[in-house]
Amino acid sequence: MMTHKFSIVTDKLTKRFGDFTAVDAISFKVEEGEIFGFLGANGAGKTTAMRMLTGLSLPSSGKAVVAGYDVGTDTEQVKKSIGYMSQKFSLYQDLTVGENIEFYGGIYGLHGRQLRGEADAMLMRLNLTDERRTLVNALPLGWKQKLAFSIAIIHKPKIVFLDEPTGGVDPVTRRQFWTMIYEAAESGLTIFVTTHYMDEAEYCNRIAIMVDARIEAMGQPAALKKQFDTHSMDDVFYRLARKAARTEM
Amino acid sequence: MTQFKAFIKKEFYHIMRDRKTLLVLIGMPIVQIILFGFALTNEVKNTVLCVADLAKDDMSQALVAEVNASKYFDVKYTIDNVEEADRMLRSGKARMVLVIPKGISYDLRHGHVATLQLITDGTNPNMATTINTYLTSIVRDFRTHHFGKLELPMTIVTIPRMLYNPQLKGEYTFVPGVIAMVLMIICVLMTSVSIVKEKELGNMEMLLVSPTHPLVVILSKAVPYFILSLLLVTIILLMSRFVLHIPIRGNIFLLYGVSGLFIIAALALGLVISTFTNSQQVAMLISLMGMMLPTIMFGGFMFPIENMPLPMQVISNIVPAKWFYYAINDIMIKGLGIEAVLREILILAGFAILFIFISLRKFNLRLA
Amino acid sequence: MISVNQISKAYGAKKEIPALTSVDFEVSKGELFGLIGPDGSGKTTLFRILTTLILADSGTAAVAGFDVEKDMFKIRNIVGYMPGRFSLYQDLSVRENLEFYATIFNTTIEKNYHLIKDIYVQIEPFANRRAGALSGGMKQKLALCCALIHKPEVLFLDEPTTGVDVVSRKEFWEMLKRLKSEGITILVSTPYMDEAELCDRIALIDKGRILEVATPAALVNTMDSPVWAISTGKVYAAMQLLSSFEGIGEVYPFGESLHAVVDAGFKDTAGLKLRLQKAGIADAEVAIISPTIEDVFMHKMKQAPHA
Repeated sequence: MMTHKFSIVTDKLTKRFGDFTAVDAISFKVEEGEIFGFLGANGAGKTTAMRMLTGLSLPSSGKAVVAGYDVGTDTEQVKKSIGYMSQKFSLYQDLTVGENIEFYGGIYGLHGRQLRGEADAMLMRLNLTDERRTLVNALPLGWKQKLAFSIAIIHKPKIVFLDEPTGGVDPVTRRQFWTMIYEAAESGLTIFVTTHYMDEAEYCNRIAIMVDARIEAMGQPAALKKQFDTHSMDDVFYRLARKAARTEM
Repeated sequence: MTQFKAFIKKEFYHIMRDRKTLLVLIGMPIVQIILFGFALTNEVKNTVLCVADLAKDDMSQALVAEVNASKYFDVKYTIDNVEEADRMLRSGKARMVLVIPKGISYDLRHGHVATLQLITDGTNPNMATTINTYLTSIVRDFRTHHFGKLELPMTIVTIPRMLYNPQLKGEYTFVPGVIAMVLMIICVLMTSVSIVKEKELGNMEMLLVSPTHPLVVILSKAVPYFILSLLLVTIILLMSRFVLHIPIRGNIFLLYGVSGLFIIAALALGLVISTFTNSQQVAMLISLMGMMLPTIMFGGFMFPIENMPLPMQVISNIVPAKWFYYAINDIMIKGLGIEAVLREILILAGFAILFIFISLRKFNLRLA
Repeated sequence: MISVNQISKAYGAKKEIPALTSVDFEVSKGELFGLIGPDGSGKTTLFRILTTLILADSGTAAVAGFDVEKDMFKIRNIVGYMPGRFSLYQDLSVRENLEFYATIFNTTIEKNYHLIKDIYVQIEPFANRRAGALSGGMKQKLALCCALIHKPEVLFLDEPTTGVDVVSRKEFWEMLKRLKSEGITILVSTPYMDEAELCDRIALIDKGRILEVATPAALVNTMDSPVWAISTGKVYAAMQLLSSFEGIGEVYPFGESLHAVVDAGFKDTAGLKLRLQKAGIADAEVAIISPTIEDVFMHKMKQAPHA
């Protein structure tokens, strides 16, 4: 298996809590530089799967290799090679933009001139140089999210995990956010993203849909629509998720 | 009325289902009573005593034996000259030196004034006073026992007599103290936190947008805690009566009446706090720091208010717990009637009315 | 049934943070009216004003003919409200929650059971489960039952589908349609543009201002510039390229393709395709499409005066 070409490789990745199987032997590969969408109804096992891939939770059985490291054994290495951002992942609202960058940069081992250079470049890119001393609290939501994304990749990880990054944001800001994601993917960053918005699923190169702890469908959005003989991704998802026996636990 | 009942039912569900909090609420007074009663008692036992018996006659030896026999003193050392007394105290070997002068038997038998000298380690003044009093009372008993009541003018020596609590038992003063503290925690802290919780979780929004008058929402919070408070008062009283054997001298109904009044004042204070904040954390901080601390400091049961500087004494007057403590002390320990605690009752009622007034004024029919 | 006239509201010590600015609209009896806008656009503030929870700084509003300020208690008797923040007691069971809300609204579960029956049968198997242990979709259903139990004349639903998956969202909207057929007026807010099409009429709201009020069909006709869809595998490159072309306004990804808002006079789709192909986007396809509500929203947002 040529793991170097793939950012994520999972093989029968499973997580059990007692009698309950939250993730049931899922296997998939994500290529480098790919935007991979991870979809599923509430309770389908998305979050648990993501936790295993980010090294927050150990698999019960099966295997996952992220950025070349086994999540079961090289957890620390995995954590160093990935970035993570969620809707809830919050920048500290009572710190300034600059202080947030310094803090998170520091966590990932950046310091001194390197950290300053990285911070300056980021602020420039985001057009936030004038807001360096502004409290994050006072920024519009869209800016916060862009800043959060940039901070999540400040240590130049191979992969970034985005957990419903655009919830509740207006459509314009959502588009701007996706433009950033495209940009990052162009430069070779692998994007692993979960979302509730089906139109966003279409922005992904490939998507996987989880139903009842298993991956029920996987492929390019266009191919999936063809497979289910429909024009909307919504419909694909709806048909798959409706079969779920345990959406409501 | 059905709405009110529904609210109270719901409130009891909340209280009963939060097992951990309930356990703490009931366990706390029990643990406090036991701790205060057995471990942290202010009472002094087995104080190490050094005797300088310069008389060395039958009378002096009988006195020393009597002192040693009491549970308060343990005669561990004997010295022969007074100069050594200083060394005994300084080294911490003994807390008190009893000097029995020569010729004490003669003096006593002939009706002269006999003088005993007590040299006490004064580093802990409270304790020094206490053991002085103990020893003095033993000496008095000794004399009475051997010579009967002395009525000769030259032998009259004033000895302080401890009223109501002749053995100076520490337990007596803290039981009303524990009651005051527990009631403050339940009524102020629990009430304010549980109201603010409704706001924080967004339930208040839905309740406000219902035909129920918002006051019903708030008042229904008070009822379960009122009942819980009375239950805990009962537990504390039962514990002190049957575990610590402290008699309840006064009228039990008066005791409950005053407790009820204090509970109402404290509940109203909890309501006032809840109208000022929207976060459980803040409510808890205000209740703990703003209310509990003054209660402990100025309640009168931990630190005697009479010994405080004047400004502190003045401040203590605005602490409801102080008046409650005075009243309960008068009723429970001294066995006094309603006439004696009328002032305290009026003050507590004043507090209750004031807090209810403020909370009604501050209460908002809307969210903001 | 609901009328809002020039409502404004600002927060902060000096009223320096505007939440709503001169909001105006009417909702007729039995209408399913959608308030569509992103987080922070003022939806919740508006709901709180209409449910008498807060007072507006200026302007008037009435629900079922009752003034939101003067007739506060009358309104509270006839409306149902489901706040955005989940409002059930986590430590009470499903049944206890429902009974509690029925009682405080002076009714019983049995009396209006027909209203909630369709929804309640789905959660009934969990009647004895604590509300805190329910999944997101189930919680929403229970909350809706609680808001409905007294058969309100007007139902206010503040973002009932946020954070709920597609399946539950679909079911939720079916329920709303049934309630509408019972004659209940419904004001619902959502950040999901695709849900807008399910409403009778919608108001687009952004930064505290109403951008447009119309039926979903009429709304898309208010778009003054044509929208073209460009599909390609090289999304990012095509986007960069299109933005640099003259006559093309905003370009943004939309579902499987890119949408471009073009100048009104611009007609030559084939020409654009050719230009894209010459620039290396070999698989480019260009088509004129009818704009969606989301297109309209974005367009109006950009045009709107910024406060």
